[in-house]
Amino acid sequence: MALTREEVRGVATLARLDLKDNETDRLTHHLNDLLAQFARLQELNTEDVPPTAHAVPVAAALREDVARPSLPREAVMANGPQVDRELGGFIVPQVIGE
Amino acid sequence: MELYTLSARELADKIQAREVSAREVTDAFLACIERVDSDVRAFVTVTAQQARAAADAVDARLAAKEEVSSLAGVPIALKDNLCTTGVETTCSSKILRGFVPPYNATVVEKLSAAGAVSLGKATMDEFAMGSSTENSGLFTTRNPWDLTKVPGGSSGGSAAAVAAGEAPFALGSDTGGSIRQPAAFCGLVGVKPTYGRVSRYGLVAFASSLDQIGPLARTVEDAALLLSVIAGHDPGDSTSVPRSVPDYRAALTGDIKGLRVGIPKEYFAEGIATDVREAVTRAISVLEGLGASVGETSLPYTEYALPAYYIVAPAEASSNLARYDGVRYGHRTRNAQGHIDLFEKTRDEGFGDEVKQRIMIGTYALSAGYYDAFYLKAQQVRTLIKQDFDRCWENFDALITPTAPSAAFGIGEKTDDPLAMKLSDICTIPANMAGIPALSQCCGFTESGLPIGVQLMGPPFSEETLLRLAHAYEQATDWHTRRPSLDKK
Repeated sequence: MALTREEVRGVATLARLDLKDNETDRLTHHLNDLLAQFARLQELNTEDVPPTAHAVPVAAALREDVARPSLPREAVMANGPQVDRELGGFIVPQVIGE
Repeated sequence: MELYTLSARELADKIQAREVSAREVTDAFLACIERVDSDVRAFVTVTAQQARAAADAVDARLAAKEEVSSLAGVPIALKDNLCTTGVETTCSSKILRGFVPPYNATVVEKLSAAGAVSLGKATMDEFAMGSSTENSGLFTTRNPWDLTKVPGGSSGGSAAAVAAGEAPFALGSDTGGSIRQPAAFCGLVGVKPTYGRVSRYGLVAFASSLDQIGPLARTVEDAALLLSVIAGHDPGDSTSVPRSVPDYRAALTGDIKGLRVGIPKEYFAEGIATDVREAVTRAISVLEGLGASVGETSLPYTEYALPAYYIVAPAEASSNLARYDGVRYGHRTRNAQGHIDLFEKTRDEGFGDEVKQRIMIGTYALSAGYYDAFYLKAQQVRTLIKQDFDRCWENFDALITPTAPSAAFGIGEKTDDPLAMKLSDICTIPANMAGIPALSQCCGFTESGLPIGVQLMGPPFSEETLLRLAHAYEQATDWHTRRPSLDKK
């Protein structure tokens, strides 16, 4: 099973990466190398094996549903590449009605 | 004796006995950074001013005869994926250049409460993806034992800083060997704790089910001291385990008589360099001479750990790294046409090659139609790997293996061959997949003078056993007393 260049472009769209042509070529090659490695896993019969998502079992961590102080808005927005401090929001390109 | 050659424990004792001030200690390490870091390049950011202020605060408390904590005035280096209030945290990525966290990681808070003095932020492979720091989006760190070699990775800056005497110890993070492999390459003790032992709150996430923060130090005692400070339950990390934290130093009794140490044969197979195999075999004899009982064992699914890891870790990474979109922090493209273009261009410009590769493989493995074949399969294999270890714990208290297949390789030697680079983690990845604790320490040197690492692994929450074994070995050998010749400049 080998991935085509077009399939790699499709994955890049899902991953929101605007790959340049040479990057697409390189990644196609690399992903196919890795897929060849993954093929070894198919040797194993795992039909009745439960999956492990977390190696150490932990019970659901619950806490009292009480309000707690959070970071001040100014502190959170300080890292924004483009913000409107007066409105208290991050500026993004127009999303609706493009 | 130069202050920067002392262990963290010796420094803590001298500061508390007021034989030396915290400020003198911090200044000694800052001077060492000044002297050697242009060669070693271990630090992304040196926080000299904050460090001096923190040291002065410790001195003021001591002068006022106030109680101080265990690490009062002891300097430390932090891997640059640990959030630090007011100090840039880059993950060695262009996409996080300029990111100044508004909060501290829990481990940073704990260190601060213990009186430790942060010297700055250490280089890493971008987002901790790599084994050499060559994937850093900023610059590559060099191995203090030989500046033409890599320090290992991803916590290469943390390891190089400690080996070069720029810090007495450091924090790293380990997802597939990122503490232990650089510890091996730089001749240090490195501990990956049991998954859940140390809070990950404020650690920039790579693969959330595998990541753990842990110490890099020159002695087992220093690693134990640091682990005692950072371990423990934290409501901020729902996977941290509510379990009391022992004083790990109390475990260093020197008595390992009767401890059963297994040698899994798969870790000594083809691909392990002869000098590594010989050094580890000698280390096994030393443990046997100290009274440990040694026997061969087998972990038959070992060879499947690497391919399973390269599904699980990138899958989790592709999800964790979805947050870098140029909206709330970090890099943002200057020429976007619409919001989708903003995301795509920002990410293409900000992420390096290795990070893109892993995002791509992870996205593919999680995408519709492939989930069962890849991600589910890898998680099932993960169960088999874990069961392999569980069977071993019926007969053994710990397992001993090489940490890495070879000593440090040359800068540029493996950059054109991503698969060869990934094989560097073949001995360390299984412990992350199984969530078990593992430790690397120095067990000798190659003919050309590069350190060799030996790894100990144990059942969940057996850090005390691993540290006890390592400490006994360290007391019986003198590898840990050697220093790279940078110091002599």
